[in-house]
Amino acid sequence: MMRFLLKGIIRDKQRSLLPVLIVIIGVMLTVFLFCWLNGILNDSIELNARFNAGHVKIMTASYAKSADQIPNDLAIVGVDTLMIRLNKEFPDLKWYQRIHFGGLIDAPDSTGETRTQGPAAGFGIDMLSGDRSEIERFNLEKSLRRGRLPLNPGEILMSDEFSSKLKINPGDTVTLIGSTMNGSMAMYNYTVCGTIVFGTGPMDHGSVIVDIADVRNALDMDNAAGEIVGYLPDNYYDEKKIDQVVGRFNKLFLPSKDEYAPVITTLREQNSLGKMIDQIKGLGGFAVFIFVLSMSLVLWNAGLLGGLRRYTEFGTRLAIGEDYSHIYKTMIYESILIGLIGSLIGTGIGLSGSLYLQHHGLDLGSMLKNATILMPAVFHTRVTSAAFFIGFIPGLLSTVIGTMLSGIGIYKRKTAQLFKELEA
Amino acid sequence: MKYISIPIMLLCISLNAQNPSAREIIEKVDKNMSAESRVFTSKMVIHNRRNTRTIESKSWSIGENKSSTEYLSPPREQGTKMLKLDNQLWIFSPSTDRIIQISGHMLRQSVMGSDLSYDDMMEDPHLLNHYTGVLEGEEKLNGILCWIIALSANTPDVAYQSQKIWVDKDRFIPLKKELYAKSGVLLKKMELSEVKQIQGRWFPMKFLFKDVLKEGDGTEFIIEEINFNTAIPDYIFSKASLKK
Repeated sequence: MMRFLLKGIIRDKQRSLLPVLIVIIGVMLTVFLFCWLNGILNDSIELNARFNAGHVKIMTASYAKSADQIPNDLAIVGVDTLMIRLNKEFPDLKWYQRIHFGGLIDAPDSTGETRTQGPAAGFGIDMLSGDRSEIERFNLEKSLRRGRLPLNPGEILMSDEFSSKLKINPGDTVTLIGSTMNGSMAMYNYTVCGTIVFGTGPMDHGSVIVDIADVRNALDMDNAAGEIVGYLPDNYYDEKKIDQVVGRFNKLFLPSKDEYAPVITTLREQNSLGKMIDQIKGLGGFAVFIFVLSMSLVLWNAGLLGGLRRYTEFGTRLAIGEDYSHIYKTMIYESILIGLIGSLIGTGIGLSGSLYLQHHGLDLGSMLKNATILMPAVFHTRVTSAAFFIGFIPGLLSTVIGTMLSGIGIYKRKTAQLFKELEA
Repeated sequence: MKYISIPIMLLCISLNAQNPSAREIIEKVDKNMSAESRVFTSKMVIHNRRNTRTIESKSWSIGENKSSTEYLSPPREQGTKMLKLDNQLWIFSPSTDRIIQISGHMLRQSVMGSDLSYDDMMEDPHLLNHYTGVLEGEEKLNGILCWIIALSANTPDVAYQSQKIWVDKDRFIPLKKELYAKSGVLLKKMELSEVKQIQGRWFPMKFLFKDVLKEGDGTEFIIEEINFNTAIPDYIFSKASLKK
């Protein structure tokens, strides 16, 4: 019977086209919205993890208390020894040293006098050791707008917006004026080798990236680092695994009164990210629920309308002797087929669009020009396993339930009145 | 009654005559502390929260507005020079071969992570030119009887809006200072010691600065050698001399 019904659906387009189209559109929107909200959440977490928080971060106890102020005088000293220990005890995570710093970027004129100057927020990351993980994590190759990535010591990357504002081009020499770990004034010359677009408002306003060894030279931070960040494999933040890592770390490095003892903090614990993640998850879940519910009502109605539209057909079929329950069954089977076809096609289209945006993203940078919080300017969708079946809730279930409800009316039709109705 | 009150009045007048006015005390302090020119070598021992560092330097100054300093050690700072003319300061860093100008509020920033600001280190202000004093009383400091004078700025271009100083009654040298912001917040404390007589004036050779808003045990500024009113060539206070 299913084969017969399927043929009917395919061949009788008047009967199937509209319901299938409605299901496709509804399912497609449901899948896309679900992936979009997932993407926003994931982008926000990943952005913070990549640039700042890591999946876990190790700092000294006193640095952690005022980490917002980047107190490099409280940085981890003897960081090489600590790195060896971390790599030995926690081989399941990748560990990287970083130094955040602030200062002025000063560009000289031909006489060596200050031509232009601007405040900069700097990142010291590993770019020249041969390990390209940090370059990839910061997405530097794709973010490069002019010039090239650092190949030699003494080279600096500037955000494109910042370099344009200061009229600095690749090849120019700039001086970083900052503060050493001991609080002395630090002055250090760099050659601008390239400019980059981070895709986040606050970072594009005035950021610079330098190899960590160069930052150490500039800021007198020999064998020191402000932070050590750790990442789980595949850059996927798994809370359970992170909790285990924290537990093991705290057993190894027992709480101490030493203000320079290393302490560990998770992505969730930093910058109120945990609260933000929970809120976004909660709001996202609620939004998806409302949307799925409303799409369900639409498709339910579509099912109802489908039943009512074929009122005459069912009357004829009853008049020529077809059984009530047989008609009801075929209606439901048909709606299952329509729901399945629509859901499959809708999910396919929704997933295709989502996958495209997962890779290419949607640049909303112009709308976030004045944003002061770290959030992505290019939004990506995120396709998860749930995205493969979420569309079937409104697409299949609602269509079938709608049809089941409208189909009850068949049992109320009276054979005696059928011909009168048909004549009319 | 008349015969009793006259001697009491006379006694009061004679006692007051023994107490110089705040202005007179400040004038004598300025005579000791300030000079037409100064050349000195110094050692700055910075007791940071985490470590102690020593920085040696040589300084030249003429009056209140011209000052130049060259760092002699440690190697990282060696050759760094600072030139201050009025309210502008230029810093030369030999490693970058650049001269950077700083001015305004930056002059109140810490020098080399110490408890001294650029203003503290490079200014030699005559108190009388910038402050009005009120004699508040006297107190013993380490067994030395001192005048306590409250100073309020009467010019806008001073680093500290008000000060409280403890002046040695015999040698007219401040032995302790409290430096306040316009808001009345205490910014720094200073203790001056190892007072020596040099070229006919008393002068403290050791200054202990404590920035109360900064953690650490303060900065000792120790003068190793000082000469007053010596001739200093003009080129010392030129930007060209920074790169030499």
